[in-house]
Amino acid sequence: MLFEQILFFLAAAGALAGAVGVVALRNPFFSVLALVGHLLALAVLFLLLRAEFVAAAQVVVYAGAVMVLYVFVVAYLGGSEEPLGPSLGAVRAVGPLFAVALLAEIAIATVATGLKAAGSRGPEVAAGFGSPQAIGALLMEKFLIAFEAASFLLLLAAVAAVVLAGRRRGLEEAGGERVLQLGRRPETGPQATDRSAGDQGGYGGRAIDKPASAARGGQSA
Amino acid sequence: MSVTWFVVLSAFIFCIGAAGVLTRRNPLVILLCLELMLNAGNLALLAFARGHGDGAGQVFALVVMVIAACEVVIGLGLIVAMYRHKLPIDADEMSELRG
Repeated sequence: MLFEQILFFLAAAGALAGAVGVVALRNPFFSVLALVGHLLALAVLFLLLRAEFVAAAQVVVYAGAVMVLYVFVVAYLGGSEEPLGPSLGAVRAVGPLFAVALLAEIAIATVATGLKAAGSRGPEVAAGFGSPQAIGALLMEKFLIAFEAASFLLLLAAVAAVVLAGRRRGLEEAGGERVLQLGRRPETGPQATDRSAGDQGGYGGRAIDKPASAARGGQSA
Repeated sequence: MSVTWFVVLSAFIFCIGAAGVLTRRNPLVILLCLELMLNAGNLALLAFARGHGDGAGQVFALVVMVIAACEVVIGLGLIVAMYRHKLPIDADEMSELRG
């Protein structure tokens, strides 16, 4: 029991520190690393809640695969530091205020809750609770439609990612130029020139064949 | 440990994530903060699953993880497309659709 409490507070401190790190760190690369730490701490909390399979999926899928995707994209974009601009003064002040108000609301809802289960440790559960076997049985028997819908959603997302990020030469000449002119803003300041200089490396030619050249160009800028 | 501890912790994480979404300007970091919020929701789901002794909440958490993966894929695809079109990677600059 004492061991459980110590583990909870350690993991909770880790999760909160990771969350604050994600929000507060300037470099996106360090934000991603902070999120990895946060996810690992959350996996410990999941284990305390007897959700073994979800904890394993969290570590393998989330902290492993999804975060590697993030790291790739940060490296591709060059991992530039966030610019400090005057344009966001009012929102920057209101944002944390809004978050504190949200926390107060949730705290009131949590403290004043009428749920019987909230104050207790929960009932004693059988040994197989949260095991892959139990989760699999639930997925296949009770939540089959949700399971299939989720897999279909993943497929759709994969196709959409190819459509969004893929570079097609035929469309690039017809539609790409128009999008470029519509969406392009007048670039001013040293940072904008930095970015366009970085683009030279990968923008012309077959960037889909050599994404590494684009990443290298972005980093050298 | 009572379930309330976990729910309160998830509330804290959710609000930190919300603050990040509201204040940061880099779309990549906004996506990371969205991940924080989704994970806070996951923690609450699992806490209630433990509190009720029912495995259904764990299945919900798995589905939320699938949604999060889809969101990451679409979001990162959008950011890479923005980079390809030489648009600024900045949520403030991308105000073309503002009414």
